[in-house]
Amino acid sequence: MPEVTLVEAINLALGRAMADDPDVVVLGEDVGVNGGVFRATVGLQERFGPERVLDTPLAELLISGLCVGMAAQGLKPVGEIQFMGFIYPCLDQLVNHASRMRNRTQGRLTCPMVLRTPHGAGIRAPEHHSESTEAMLAHIPGLRVVMPSSPERAYGLLLAAIRDPDPVVFLEPTRLYRAAKGEVDDNGEALPLDLAFILREGRDVTLISWGAMLKETMAAADALADEGIAAEVIDLATLKPYDENTVLGSVAKTGRCVIVHEAAHTGGFGAEIAALIAERGLSSLLAPVSRVTGYDTIIPMARLEQRYLPSVGRIVTAARKACQYN
Amino acid sequence: MASKRANEELPVIARFEVRRRNYLAPDGSIDRPLPAFATDARLLVELYRSMVLLRLFDRKAVALQRTGRLGTYAVSLGQEAVSVGIASAMREDDVLLPSYRDNGALLWRGVKPEEILLFWGGDERGNHFSGPRHDFPFCVPVGSQAPHAAGVAYALKLRKEPRVAVCLFGDGATSKGDVYEAMNFAGVHKLPLVFVATNNQWAISVPLRLQTGAETLAQKAIAAGFSGEQVDGSDVVAMRAAAEEAIAAARDGKGPHFIEAVTYRLGDHTTSDDASRYRSADAVQAHWKEEPIARLRSLLVGRKMWTKAEEEQLAAECHERIEAAVERYLKTPPRRAETMFDNLYAELPEAYAEQRRELAGEDDA
Repeated sequence: MPEVTLVEAINLALGRAMADDPDVVVLGEDVGVNGGVFRATVGLQERFGPERVLDTPLAELLISGLCVGMAAQGLKPVGEIQFMGFIYPCLDQLVNHASRMRNRTQGRLTCPMVLRTPHGAGIRAPEHHSESTEAMLAHIPGLRVVMPSSPERAYGLLLAAIRDPDPVVFLEPTRLYRAAKGEVDDNGEALPLDLAFILREGRDVTLISWGAMLKETMAAADALADEGIAAEVIDLATLKPYDENTVLGSVAKTGRCVIVHEAAHTGGFGAEIAALIAERGLSSLLAPVSRVTGYDTIIPMARLEQRYLPSVGRIVTAARKACQYN
Repeated sequence: MASKRANEELPVIARFEVRRRNYLAPDGSIDRPLPAFATDARLLVELYRSMVLLRLFDRKAVALQRTGRLGTYAVSLGQEAVSVGIASAMREDDVLLPSYRDNGALLWRGVKPEEILLFWGGDERGNHFSGPRHDFPFCVPVGSQAPHAAGVAYALKLRKEPRVAVCLFGDGATSKGDVYEAMNFAGVHKLPLVFVATNNQWAISVPLRLQTGAETLAQKAIAAGFSGEQVDGSDVVAMRAAAEEAIAAARDGKGPHFIEAVTYRLGDHTTSDDASRYRSADAVQAHWKEEPIARLRSLLVGRKMWTKAEEEQLAAECHERIEAAVERYLKTPPRRAETMFDNLYAELPEAYAEQRRELAGEDDA
């Protein structure tokens, strides 16, 4: 099997989905001739033509609204928003239309669309290019929010998102686009949505994360192993709706939980998981649940962004503290 | 002054014009030769009947709202010609994207009055209506359906289907980026899409002069690269003619068109509004001279296409139809509470199954 980067895996999945289903169209800024600013759509316009791989005007609200209209007509649009910092004009369309088309028409019209966008900091990008506001999206009923953390899961989950009959926001970890490499068999097989992946088994502490922070989280698990602490690492993968059973099952086993995300602390998605454990897993806890997250600041520009992002050290410290708690 | 003279020496690189269409004067007399379809007495009568039905339906809906049997409701009083005229020019397989004040179009396209009442009575099932299955439901966030219309039209063009999307919104919506972004895209791709702005002069309390500095709304199409025209929106013949031409051209691959239907909202914005707070009764009264139903009636009566007896019969028929619809609406059994989960996703995710059971259990206990 060939080894590919995460962004190449995205490209493979898009190509596969378009080849399998003539209703799949890709649209966004610079996705055509240029192949996308991260090259996620490279080669697609040559293969499938400018009508199905469409360079849109520079208008994010439009891209999301077009997807809603196309999807209601039976197409399966995959829109690209160039950076998550530019997704906010799409919120009206996501909240008021995409997420509720099925519900407000009682199933008469549906919205099988995917809105892809790079997520997160760490590539020394300009201002507004490093956002991680997934919790905002995961609060919207009727939507799915998915975030892969490896090439294999990027391929399988994107295929699943495109085939899903409901709207999916697909957040791609910018920092891993080229840094993450892995073997991907372009066999058209999707991975299941709504399920978490246990990346590493362990009995002492559960580390839960998603997207690019899995890299630091896995490194922290390695460091903890050196200290004799066996960490279980969960990639949540789908944030909305998320896999409560895997979270609760793991915490029941380890009794300790550290949640890691790069988004700001207050109201971040970690709070939701901590609340779930407090509500339904309290009796198995041996230590307080803790969160290692970005700070409650504006994500700083390039010079300070590494200081903002949770480090391996912070994760190790939190996990160690949980294990030493009594 | 010197710089102005210098400017005048520069070459003109583009000139644009906006035309205004009307056939019937407010008194029903004819301003210019009527379009071909107007020789079809049955069609003119059908347009008339539909406008009367809409007005009487609105009146009943307000009565239901005032007596606590319907939620907030938006009447079409004074602008019935717009939605009826536009819908009358559409084919069933064309796609309608209406705003919340386009009941006339929905009724013309086969949505049942009780379904409209069900929606405004607070039940999503009203949007699961008997009209064309591909039509969009009422759009409440102003203008946000315009990008959908562009997406629909793009899909139709991609599949080479000879169908047209028709998007209705109000004058207020033309101030939003949504509408401009959709128009811009429609212009780029010459989409089979007709935009209809019902310019009823008011966005709740905000008058048109505070909405735009542009002389017309129609000219906004020019910036997007296609044609726009102003139409007397209280003249149903003009509305039908403009829609017929625009839809035929769009179907024929000639691209989008923008119709500014100039009319007047004689009623409150909705049943929750009190327009006397921001405009005088006298100002409104003046516009009653222009309203579309009396105007078409004058033409029909003048041409011996319509009699007093037919008028009375129509009123009785409408009354009967509306009362029967109201009865069906009021008798619609309520949904079970847990059905609020049933069209959230194609299949309810496991994560929410417990919430649904809990809600169902409350009613079963």
